[in-house]
Amino acid sequence: MKKLTGALLGLAIGLLNGLFGAGGGMIAVPMLKRAGLEPKNAHATSIAITMPLSVLSGYLYLQVGGLTFSDALPFIPAGIIGALAGGFLLKKVSDTLLRRLFGALVIIAAVRLLLR
Amino acid sequence: MTNLIIQSVAGFISALLGALGMGGGGVLLIYLTALAQVSQTKAQGINLLFFIPIAITALILHCKNKLVNYKMAVIGVLTGAAGVFAGFAVARQLGDQILSKVFAVFLLILGAKELFGGIDLSFLKRRTSKDKKNR
Repeated sequence: MKKLTGALLGLAIGLLNGLFGAGGGMIAVPMLKRAGLEPKNAHATSIAITMPLSVLSGYLYLQVGGLTFSDALPFIPAGIIGALAGGFLLKKVSDTLLRRLFGALVIIAAVRLLLR
Repeated sequence: MTNLIIQSVAGFISALLGALGMGGGGVLLIYLTALAQVSQTKAQGINLLFFIPIAITALILHCKNKLVNYKMAVIGVLTGAAGVFAGFAVARQLGDQILSKVFAVFLLILGAKELFGGIDLSFLKRRTSKDKKNR
């Protein structure tokens, strides 16, 4: 059963990763939890799945043209600091308010994109 | 210079929220498409390239802490590779304009999930069952 869940999960994450270049983690964490993994393990395993898939997707997107590594470079140094800060804060902050704010921002961005 | 500061802030917030378990990958994509006006396909490519070093950083820590379930990860990656090719093919077929709208709908679902997730909506169910009885 776990193998089937893992297979379906991988397929769904891969589809989102190839289609949107993001979003895999959103479905991976709850599905891994449902498969019986502890939240921390679900989060870590989700990254272990999405990282190699992002390498594959990134390679495919690079092949299309009009995209180089230098396009992503300006975001990476601060991103690594953000990842370390997030890892540190994970156990220390209640994320309910953050989630609500993030949700509201995402909806505003979605409406903006739909009206563009 | 201002541009570099904005890009750094976008990268920082995206990775921070990602590490906190929220759809962090989406934040940079939102900044690139909704604010910086980068084309959808290019933005998605940038987001993927950005995510790789961030994920490696996080993964090293998670492996050290023995948090990764390798069996699930291997199965997920193997079937996920097929999904990547399929998703990429669909993205190419849709083209930038439609892909952007499909992504917006995906964001609406993600936003609603984050905004309303965890809120106790059971009172709505109770009201519904009372309504049924009244009818």
